[in-house]
Amino acid sequence: MFDTLSDKLDSVFKKLRGHGRLTEQHIKETMREIRLVLLEADVNFRVVKSFIAKVSERAASQEILKSLTPAQQVIKVVREELSRLMGEGEDNTLNLSVKPPVPIMLCGLQGAGKTTTCGKLALKLRREKRNPMLVPADVYRPAAIAQLKTLGRQLDVEVFDSQAGQDPVDICDQALRYAELNGFDTIILDTAGRLHVDTELMGELQRIVNKVQPQEILFVADAMTGQDAVTVAASFDEQLPLTGVILTKLDGDARGGAALSIREVTGKPIKLVGMGEKLDALEQFYPDRMAQRILGM
Amino acid sequence: RGRTAIDADLIEELEEILITADLGMQTTQQLIDSLESSRTKGELASSEQVRQLLMEELTKILSFDSKPLDVTSASPFVIMVIGVNGVGKTTTIGKLANQFALQGKKVILGAGDTFRAAAAEQLQVWGERADVEVISHTEGADPSAVAFDAAKAAVARKADILLLDTAGRLHTKVNLMAELKKMRRVLDREIPGAPHEVLLVLDATTGQNALTQAKLFNEAVDLDGIVLTKLDGTAKGGIVVAIAAELQVPVRFVGIGEQLDDLRPFDAEMFVSVLFDR
Ligand SMILES: Nc1nc2c(ncn2[C@@H]2O[C@H](COP(=O)(O)OP(=O)(O)OP(=O)(O)O)[C@@H](O)[C@H]2O)c(=O)[nH]1
Ligand SMILES: Nc1nc2c(ncn2[C@@H]2O[C@H](COP(=O)(O)OP(=O)(O)OP(=O)(O)O)[C@@H](O)[C@H]2O)c(=O)[nH]1
Ligand SMILES: [K+]
Ligand SMILES: [Mg+2]
Ligand SMILES: [Mg+2]
Repeated sequence: MFDTLSDKLDSVFKKLRGHGRLTEQHIKETMREIRLVLLEADVNFRVVKSFIAKVSERAASQEILKSLTPAQQVIKVVREELSRLMGEGEDNTLNLSVKPPVPIMLCGLQGAGKTTTCGKLALKLRREKRNPMLVPADVYRPAAIAQLKTLGRQLDVEVFDSQAGQDPVDICDQALRYAELNGFDTIILDTAGRLHVDTELMGELQRIVNKVQPQEILFVADAMTGQDAVTVAASFDEQLPLTGVILTKLDGDARGGAALSIREVTGKPIKLVGMGEKLDALEQFYPDRMAQRILGM
Repeated sequence: RGRTAIDADLIEELEEILITADLGMQTTQQLIDSLESSRTKGELASSEQVRQLLMEELTKILSFDSKPLDVTSASPFVIMVIGVNGVGKTTTIGKLANQFALQGKKVILGAGDTFRAAAAEQLQVWGERADVEVISHTEGADPSAVAFDAAKAAVARKADILLLDTAGRLHTKVNLMAELKKMRRVLDREIPGAPHEVLLVLDATTGQNALTQAKLFNEAVDLDGIVLTKLDGTAKGGIVVAIAAELQVPVRFVGIGEQLDDLRPFDAEMFVSVLFDR
């Protein structure tokens, strides 16, 4: 991006001042700039299209036309609408107030950040005075179990003793019973990365869900994801009863339009964000901050 | 699609294909503009012709002259593998090690990721699968010390190829980028001219940020090639077109799965034709 959205819209409205009247052409130009910004931020093509249709009307209103700073007004409208779509005002906290042990399952594409986020969640929950256990249910990726065990050691959190030869469904089931017997109130299930089109591995997740009935099923997504985010998220959401989303790697400079895409196609709240590789780098999600980020503000 | 008129609908359809494949707005706009100008000049008669022209244009952008990857040009030939977190660096090294080993080359792996939990163990498993030796230090060690030891070992064992893994890092982290530069210098000091190939691994699922990644890694350590992973999903990885246009860094390989032999040489024509598969 060469200019900020605000600069671009200012120039659109400068022309308007000469005419004194908001024409269809001005609205079109304004919407074109917003469309560009959203696409450059990786918001999905179709999601952008429906979003533009939604805000066009509000952006053409009298309040904006009469404003001394129409560009700022349009941006305000767009930002409000984006925040709203991303869940402004909704409850996006983890819902763990049920009879323990409470299973939380993380799932998502390869390399999204699931295992690391399991460690981060364990730390967060312990700080909230819970007693979590980590469960390695990835028997495919080389050293995946060792990775979670290392994180558990760093955190001093118990890691269930899974073996790579076991069935992930059995691991989760046994871990749940072990937790019950040993006083853990939460178990965090680390599943292997998989493609949404891998029916066999998606079936495995469904079997885990049926077996242990996780209270939270969190889709972990990389904030750098591009246009494909809608396909992947919609497919995970269709095959599993997702309860929320965790967005990782927001510590970089990606604009993170995938957040909007994922939210739009799943309707599930984004609950937490990963802000780094360290285990304390897990934060709350703020829809309005995300809106500003996507708009490049 | 059996339609002959070239209308705004066709242009929008093509625009959607390009944008949803992650080519980015700028590249997409340039391609569409050149189509529009051919159209007004009356050079395009059918939608099939439009598609054909677009595919040729894309293939051309991806097929520029570049230094080929010739692992026999030095001995040991040192390949350093870099990229942001979780893109597939370690896995790609395992696959490459296997390919080179199958060609009868002596390969050594350096476990330059001393940061991420169990990164060395992960590389160790790949080393066993490819049946090649892995040089590693303990967690938390200086990655440049691993680079140093791996280079020494590669020379001492008369290895043909040294593949050096590095920890995933975001291109925005200045100190971590400086660490890469240091590893590069250490390699060069031990084996003049090394690393002979710096490979940036990009995840095909990544959107526009991949262009920034390529730019900043290129500025820091000079890229020789790209590996585009996870093309076995539904993402198209179209951002490499923008990267080719802007940086002229060639895509060397594509990753198409998690198994040992899921790595292929990049084929521009095939890549482009898959962009249009929907
Ligand atoms: N910068 C940054 N890196 C992160 C974040 N979360 C995870 N990572 C890194 O991303 C990489 C992949 O993380 P993993 O936790 O192994 O991802 P995964 O989803 O478990 O991967 P698979 O099990 O292979 O599917 C590692 O290098 C992590 O350190 C984050 O919020 N910011
Ligand atoms: N489907 C698919 N998965 C892949 C491919 N390449 C790597 N992966 C998976 O992506 C995940 C991350 O791979 P790694 O090799 O650990 O990635 P990395 O870049 O070394 O990660 P860090 O060292 O944590 O930065 C693993 O689950 C791999 O199995 C590919 O081509 N296709
Ligand atoms: K990723
Ligand atoms: Mg994992
Ligand atoms: Mg790695």
